[in-house]
Amino acid sequence: MSIVSQPETTPAADAHIPERPRTLAEKVWDAHLVAKGENGEPDLIYIDLHLVHEVTSPQAFDGLRQAGRPVRRPDLTIATEDHNTPTIGIDRPIADLTSRTQIETLRRNAEEFGIRLHSLGDIEQGIVHVVGPQLGLTMPGITVVCGDSHTSTHGAFGAMAFGIGTSEVEHVLATQTLPLKPFKTMAITVEGELRPGVTAKDIILAVIAKIGTGGGQGYVLEYRGSAIRALSMEGRMTICNMSIEAGARAGMVAPDETTYTYVKGRPHAPEGEDWDAAVAYWNTLATDEGAAFDAEVFIDANELEPFVTWGTNPGQGVSLSQTVPDPSAFSDHNERAAAERALEYMDLEAGTPMKDIKVDAVFMGSCTNSRIEDLRAFASIVKGQKKADHVRVMVVPGSARVRIEAEAEGLDKVFTEFGAEWRFAGCSMCLGMNPDQLAPGERCASTSNRNFEGRQGKGGRTHLVSPLVAAATAIRGTLSSPWDLIEGAN
Amino acid sequence: MEKITTIEGVAVPFRRSNVDTDQIIPAVFLKRVTKTGFDDALFHAWRQDPDFILNRREYQGAKVLIAGPDFGTGSSREHAVWALRDFGFRAVISPRFADIFRGNSGKQGLLTGVVDEQTVERLWERIEAEPGMNATVDLVAQTVTVGDLTVPFEIDDYTRWRLLEGLDDIGLTLRDEARITEFETTRESWRPRTLPIR
Ligand code: SF4
Repeated sequence: MSIVSQPETTPAADAHIPERPRTLAEKVWDAHLVAKGENGEPDLIYIDLHLVHEVTSPQAFDGLRQAGRPVRRPDLTIATEDHNTPTIGIDRPIADLTSRTQIETLRRNAEEFGIRLHSLGDIEQGIVHVVGPQLGLTMPGITVVCGDSHTSTHGAFGAMAFGIGTSEVEHVLATQTLPLKPFKTMAITVEGELRPGVTAKDIILAVIAKIGTGGGQGYVLEYRGSAIRALSMEGRMTICNMSIEAGARAGMVAPDETTYTYVKGRPHAPEGEDWDAAVAYWNTLATDEGAAFDAEVFIDANELEPFVTWGTNPGQGVSLSQTVPDPSAFSDHNERAAAERALEYMDLEAGTPMKDIKVDAVFMGSCTNSRIEDLRAFASIVKGQKKADHVRVMVVPGSARVRIEAEAEGLDKVFTEFGAEWRFAGCSMCLGMNPDQLAPGERCASTSNRNFEGRQGKGGRTHLVSPLVAAATAIRGTLSSPWDLIEGAN
Repeated sequence: MEKITTIEGVAVPFRRSNVDTDQIIPAVFLKRVTKTGFDDALFHAWRQDPDFILNRREYQGAKVLIAGPDFGTGSSREHAVWALRDFGFRAVISPRFADIFRGNSGKQGLLTGVVDEQTVERLWERIEAEPGMNATVDLVAQTVTVGDLTVPFEIDDYTRWRLLEGLDDIGLTLRDEARITEFETTRESWRPRTLPIR
């Protein structure tokens, strides 16, 4: 190599050229390194956006108060009320004392520490993971944390987003950074074309069924492949949202035109020169050719069918056309025991066709599936139909804005004429911290993300499904795919 | 967080092993919104018994808890440490701690020292001979002393250093504050800001 042929500028230019190909996750990580940890110590990572809600923040603020510390960057912090908020009668005082205390505490803390808060009744109120993207605060290449495991949702934009515990919430409030050890990376490649009626929710349920609820432990999952590229932002959020159910810290999708179109023009999206600079940078984020992942998984999108869970963890799922599995078919001893327990709790018999299972309730909502596109999907099936008599149907928008948008499109009419309850925004029956709960023994088809024992109310039984399956189920009263409706019509 | 060099106070011979975090603080107390004021919650079920050791007059105002093996197992709740601290404990000595509990303790300024089972037995016997006597936990020398009995305890160097310096996680990070500030000056203007509200 001749010295003469090396231009003077090379060293500076070199500083921007990675020595080795990197993944999307590594690029975002590297761009937020405040200090590199030495001798096995964690790196110090800068946090671009901190989302706060009423359940995991009170003690964090109390810790700051005790130590006499301020919030370092109120301008990178935003709070909403969501987990506890009622979805009817929102103008009345909250009946449950714990819920009320948590909400009142958040209001006091936001006031005292100068944090922007969107309270119940505010147009920007809603589930924290719906509000961030909606305001244009969630964008590619940033780090996002929140004291909630489903923070992984924001990874759909090509952000590094993960849930943290209360002491970490305090840490971020005080320092805007977190000491973290790098995550491993896993590529989840979904190639092919989804058949009509098969959605993002079915992809992620199939992924979790394949790798298991612990399969993603310690990893950031990067979803790639033609089927992911073809998804809307809402679909990508649904997938990233449930990364945590595979045990992963985060899920990510490289940003592309779909991402930029979604972000552009939102209240906090970059504008003018900032926008151009941002897009130029975002275009460099995709995983480099030849970058190595620590693990890889392949899913054939052409093969996928509408999916449903039969058990009490999100990995216990099958295609809707299949039957309740026989626990004795599991070779792994622990899985077999888990399946036996799950069937007992779910009151299901091995061999029963999934479609014969009758439900008492349908919940359309949660940070997994409560955005406008989800509501449109649900409405497209139930429009002009009547719900099955014995089924209670609840539709809960993810945010006050989604509610308004849906009403502007007349979706609320579609839902109420169908016989569904149309509620105000919040987490609602996703976790049953507010009065929206299942009664003991009740069975629910739910678009949420967790089917744990008692998650939607003590003794309640949850089947996780997509909005389309939820809609078809609400019509037929048994677990159903949208395909069944077409067959029924023939 | 206060710097710790020595802790001196009433020592409790806590003849129990496998004390899990549910026993240290039951789940019903997790609903609270503060990080302090958990003294009433500590060992809540056991304290209903008037003969429970912490209800005895000799042990009022105790600072050093000397427990059996496997202290702090079970759920990872940080409240367990808060409850011990709020009650007045500054050090727990045991032959074995659950990892997460020990990690949480180090971060919250509660000293956890490991001594072997025979030594714990000797400490118990010494204190029971003279209930209400003080123990001195010397973090610099890494010893526990009750009366004429002095024994060494183990603690990892990193946690020991943090306790000596009085550094919680945040304090530790803020030692790097200049680097955080410097990083912030390079933060591009397109990155999100929640304020002013747009
Ligand atoms: S909707 Fe459910 S999963 Fe999402 S933030 Fe709320 S409680 Fe958590």
